Amino acid sequence: MARSATTADAFNAVAEGRRRQILDALVDGERPVNDLVTRLGIAQPLVSKHLRVLREVGLVDVRDHGRQRLYQLNARPLKPIHDWVKGYERSWSERFDLLDAVLLELKEEENGDGSGE
Amino acid sequence: MEAASSSPAVVTFPTDTQILITRDFDAPRHLIFRAWTTPDLIKRWWGGERGSVTVAEVDLRVGGTWRYVMTANAGFEVAFHGEYREIVPNERIVATDVFEGVPDKEALTTLTLADMGARTTMHLHVLHASQEDRDAHIASGMEDGMQEAMRALEQVAIALL
Repeated sequence: MARSATTADAFNAVAEGRRRQILDALVDGERPVNDLVTRLGIAQPLVSKHLRVLREVGLVDVRDHGRQRLYQLNARPLKPIHDWVKGYERSWSERFDLLDAVLLELKEEENGDGSGE
Repeated sequence: MEAASSSPAVVTFPTDTQILITRDFDAPRHLIFRAWTTPDLIKRWWGGERGSVTVAEVDLRVGGTWRYVMTANAGFEVAFHGEYREIVPNERIVATDVFEGVPDKEALTTLTLADMGARTTMHLHVLHASQEDRDAHIASGMEDGMQEAMRALEQVAIALL
């Protein structure tokens, strides 16, 4: 698939390991940025930069809560990635279903009379 | 007796350059090895639902080559070839894998067959030189037009989830 040079879509956004870590950390619920800094063990400006990318593609939403800004996961933009992988998985599953039929025949050949176990 | 229902293939991505396909088979591993390396048998399954395999050449020795050609249902022909790097009968095959449409990109595939008695767990590990190559490989496993459909889906902020 052609990949744009920018971080304009979810495919690019999750291609970066740190950003996947952030998404993983947000699976349990919303968190303030300091929490993410502690969890990931990297500097806040870097976490903020990754959060900005994730927000741009819609994977992360933010809301104000008192003096804090809370970041939360929005998994919807991951669906095309999920579907894309599923398509690949399906083509292998189709092959293996045919392979099953070949194997069944080979087993029957080995058993001689085809009566199975 | 009715055949056991097929188990799904599971695809995971251990790193940015790898694909791992795992599948259980209701057969001992020597039979899977045979089906994987015998041209007449390869022709019966390797094309899946996407086309028919017209050429399956296998020179099963280290340094030997393999080549498969498939005529896709849509009419076009795709060919793949590679070289065997390591062969452990009934257990393991390491080989290079080149899609002839992109001849300068070579992946390394490792087939491992784990003995589970009457059953076998297969691991097919694909290592690409870059993430870009790996992603292109995954995309090529999709039905025609599917990529465009995905793009469109992405545009319309998916309300289906």
